[in-house]
Amino acid sequence: MKGIVKFVQGNEACVEGALYAGLDFFAGYPITPSTEIAEHLAFRLPKAGGKFIQMEDEIASMCAIVGASLTGRKVMTATSGPGFSLMQEALGYAIMTEIPCVIVNVQRGGPSTGIPTHVSQGDVNQTRWGTHGDHSIIALTASNNQDVFAMTVEAFNISETYRTPVVLLFDEVVGHMRERLVLPQKGEIPIVERLRTSVKAGVDYHPYLPREDGRLPMSDFGGVHRYNVTGLYHDMWGFPSDDPGVVHGLIRHLVDKIENRTSQLARFKDFYTEDAEFLLISYGSAARSARHIVERRHRRGEKFGLLELMTLWPFPYDLVKQKAAGARYIVVVEMNTGQICQSVRLAVDRPERVFLANRIDGVLINPTDIQRMLHVIGGKGV
Amino acid sequence: MALKNYIRERFFPHFWCAGCGHGIVMNGLIRAIEKLGLSKNDVVMVSGIGCSSRITGYLDFHTMHTLHGRALAFATGIKLSRQELKVIVPMGDGDALAIGGNHFIHAARRNIDITAIVMNNRIYGMTGGQYSPLSGYGTMASTAPYSNIDQSFDVVELAAAAGATFVARSTTYNVIEMAEMIQNAILHKGFSVVEIMSQCPTYFGRRNKLGDAVDMLKYMNRTTTTIGSQWIDEDQELIEIDSEAKEEQLKIERGIFIRKERPEYCAAYDEVIRRAKEGK
Ligand SMILES: Cc1ncc(C[n+]2csc(CCOP(=O)(O)OP(=O)(O)O)c2C)c(N)n1
Ligand code: SF4
Repeated sequence: MKGIVKFVQGNEACVEGALYAGLDFFAGYPITPSTEIAEHLAFRLPKAGGKFIQMEDEIASMCAIVGASLTGRKVMTATSGPGFSLMQEALGYAIMTEIPCVIVNVQRGGPSTGIPTHVSQGDVNQTRWGTHGDHSIIALTASNNQDVFAMTVEAFNISETYRTPVVLLFDEVVGHMRERLVLPQKGEIPIVERLRTSVKAGVDYHPYLPREDGRLPMSDFGGVHRYNVTGLYHDMWGFPSDDPGVVHGLIRHLVDKIENRTSQLARFKDFYTEDAEFLLISYGSAARSARHIVERRHRRGEKFGLLELMTLWPFPYDLVKQKAAGARYIVVVEMNTGQICQSVRLAVDRPERVFLANRIDGVLINPTDIQRMLHVIGGKGV
Repeated sequence: MALKNYIRERFFPHFWCAGCGHGIVMNGLIRAIEKLGLSKNDVVMVSGIGCSSRITGYLDFHTMHTLHGRALAFATGIKLSRQELKVIVPMGDGDALAIGGNHFIHAARRNIDITAIVMNNRIYGMTGGQYSPLSGYGTMASTAPYSNIDQSFDVVELAAAAGATFVARSTTYNVIEMAEMIQNAILHKGFSVVEIMSQCPTYFGRRNKLGDAVDMLKYMNRTTTTIGSQWIDEDQELIEIDSEAKEEQLKIERGIFIRKERPEYCAAYDEVIRRAKEGK
């Protein structure tokens, strides 16, 4: 990969990724540790002719990006825990109405105002089930700047492809850490543009009538086709319906379009997992410490492997099951009380072999913390 | 164009109760748009949730039915993306000023070129007659069975104080006047607010013993007057039936209260783009 090399924070890497993917509308409300994303975009977007607006709160921010996306823009908002909580209702609206958008949550410690300037990975399950009602969601994460950039581009691409919100679940350490970022050249990473309808002006356009391949082409709102959009269950016209067939069909469609593509959507990295006896599973900044351990023990000839998850939702059950099949011990490294550990236990054949190495005190889990857990597992005491 | 052409006939009959004021507002709205000669493709209508918010579905514009209270926030995203569109946001009184109050004052403060129509029936119709921030002290509601102690907002004063550059009030009794005000509001460059006092005979009317829809319309006619015209103390009968009005000693005024110029948000943003591109 050749391109411009920068030395930036993770939040800036996210901004670069978003602009690379074609972001042209951002609405947000300041909150630590995500604020730099808004600040950089306030500077960068107008230079590119894009729109930036600081709204009155995160509810409004989320609503504004959904409105803007419907008119044909590529949109994003960025926040942290308290703001992410406020966004949940409108996030559900975007799911229901199938309007593409990207939501960045740079995690800090919760609940409530919690520990604003410190790291946590406590919003993993909120991301899955934060908005009410049955639904599915896509959430991506990353542990370093290059991957923050790549996953941000992916988030936009996936969101456009499946017409669904995508959450980028970063954390305070990743967001604030400064490291190298190589900006790929234009065209180096493919960009998915919005699928627009080929229905001509003056001809009836059905906003929710799938093509043969199941995709729903969009028509820029305010353009040549007039249609209705609603968060109520709706028919192919976008008109409210309480017909049980319509309701059932729509909820199945919304869930299946994601859950049936779990393998396709699984982004991950693996390090020496083939014959690992000790399999570490981690993500985000925690994965950096896990990687450190795995590299060190591997060099010593010990069978240590790491599966770094970059897609958290839909949870890649099959992938985890397969990677964990030969391992004697599976250690999930994360900074919460075991939110991904829970899913790993559901995925593997022998859940009693799954252990949690965590920290929940606002401090980045370090290799020594993981080492300590490995001692316990190995029966060597604390 | 015939008024019928603005309606999605396929989706009728509508779901409003007989005598509901929301249909009259819809009528006034269509008349205004027809008078202005706007193309249906130039109009975006964004609503929240409530009986009033259902208006969008029945109209043949670009229509978006969103979340309770949030219509103005969605509309802001739309307008800032596509400035050339006329964006109209019909809202219920609870929708606009309880749950949506924050978005209302901030949209006014920004002076973004959106027309907000507050369909004020002084009650939560959709959920069955609970009091709203416009019900007023002394009214009855399902959640105020011992009479309401919540003071009400004055929509006109609130909108003006928040920075709206066009503020008007009318009622469903005065359809022609209402349509003219909406017309002016749409033409106005900036955030425009039209409060339309409306009737919910099903809940507000029944709970407050105001009779049927016709009685309520007549009552609205009696209790309102054009700006600056008439003192209520001339109307003895009215004083007897409305203690609140007596206290105020004034009828509620109808008309255009505010009409002024201030930089409009989207136009100002174009300047931001220009400055950013020039590197200043
Ligand atoms: C977040 C949220 N809270 C509550 C509701 C329930 N709700 C639906 S409409 C409504 C009030 C409607 O009153 P108003 O806005 O005055 O409009 P009207 O029905 O009288 O036209 C409420 C409380 C909701 N849909 N969403
Ligand atoms: S309940 Fe009231 S506001 Fe709702 S449709 Fe009936 S009359 Fe209209």
